[in-house]
Amino acid sequence: MAKQLETFLEHLDQASDQADLQANAQDLRDILKVDHVVYHWVSTSGQQYGCGTYGPDWVQRYVQQDYIRADPVVLGCYQRFHPVDWKRLDWSSKMARDFRREAIEYGVGNQGFSIPIRGPKGQFALFTVSHNCDDAVWAKFTEDHRRDLILIAHGFNQKALEFEGAAHRGPKKSLSPRETDAMTLLAVGYSRAQVAQSLAISEHTLRVYIESARFKLGAMNTTHAVARAMSQGHIVV
Amino acid sequence: MLHFIYACDLANYPQLQTTMFQDRARQFKDRLKWDVSVDDQGWERDQYDDLNPLYVILSDGGRHAASMRLLPTTGPTMVNDHFDNLLPDGRLHSAQIWECTRFCLAPGQGTAAASALQLGGGHIMQRFGVDHLVGVFDKLMTRIYRGIGASPDVMGTDNGICAGLWSFDDASFADLSRRAGIALDQVDTWFADSLATMGQGNANRP
Repeated sequence: MAKQLETFLEHLDQASDQADLQANAQDLRDILKVDHVVYHWVSTSGQQYGCGTYGPDWVQRYVQQDYIRADPVVLGCYQRFHPVDWKRLDWSSKMARDFRREAIEYGVGNQGFSIPIRGPKGQFALFTVSHNCDDAVWAKFTEDHRRDLILIAHGFNQKALEFEGAAHRGPKKSLSPRETDAMTLLAVGYSRAQVAQSLAISEHTLRVYIESARFKLGAMNTTHAVARAMSQGHIVV
Repeated sequence: MLHFIYACDLANYPQLQTTMFQDRARQFKDRLKWDVSVDDQGWERDQYDDLNPLYVILSDGGRHAASMRLLPTTGPTMVNDHFDNLLPDGRLHSAQIWECTRFCLAPGQGTAAASALQLGGGHIMQRFGVDHLVGVFDKLMTRIYRGIGASPDVMGTDNGICAGLWSFDDASFADLSRRAGIALDQVDTWFADSLATMGQGNANRP
């Protein structure tokens, strides 16, 4: 699955319009073998944008009933910056329980995992994976895929911002000098210890440059990051 | 006891809230003489407290014993905004790196409290997929961090202020647990309790 996710991230990076993003959401659902993958830009100005695999009947119902105001997932995530398992949210009110029952009727699934994302100028979006399964299965799934999902969530948000023509494209896509040096030396075949020594930094600090570069490049791991850095022309070896 | 509380929920813990901000004034204004502002309640707060950070707070008899403040580096952070001179490349931005600031010990608290706090921080990182914490701290704290077995990796120093990185592995958890005198599954329970309360009473909407 790791290889599939790497390829997926390549495709995501190449998405050039909302139709592409929609196709990506569907691909990801198939790769992860879950019921649903959804990206939802939640705007205060009333503008909404979403793509994903929920059926049009649920989307319509959600919009018609203005569920965005009552959805415990949106409310629970809005003021947080950590990834949220739906089980931890407050489902105690009657409204929440009715909403949940209805969502399940529409096939959303009894389990969910949502990642809040913040962009420039107060932009807020949610990236969600939902599925029908028992708690143990879901706990394992979220544990195994948490880091990848965080990365993918930010990838979707970057694309959505790009399509909106947001003046600020988010983090600079270019690597900083240290990140470039680290990636170059890794590409040439230095071990981390050798890279750290060459750059006269500790291995801890090196890890952070690699991590920062990896995130900017939207890569799942170091090998993937090096490959992307080369193919995108950030480094030349 | 460890608490994990977002700023928007702090008012639900008035005693913890007051004692935390007052102890911050004691440490950062009185002791370290940092250029920080203290209001007429004796609370030390800055603009990052207004960005809805996540606080990790160790309490002792209902009162603040130690605390730290967390913000994702994908948003505004102190180190990126004001201390990029301490970062060799001038900026850190990743969903897997959070910033930790205002690491504070109440008067009379020592290494056990500091270890407990680090344990809480490490636990958060593990549960939320965060690999590193970056923080700006006074050089005087370096000795304390070493004493609690959670030495940051110092990236840059200028004028007595340092930027450092922390990460945790299983060995560090075991060590911190021992120094704090707190079992790892106790931290699990406190964390679960905090998470359960976090989801409640969401009056704030987009």
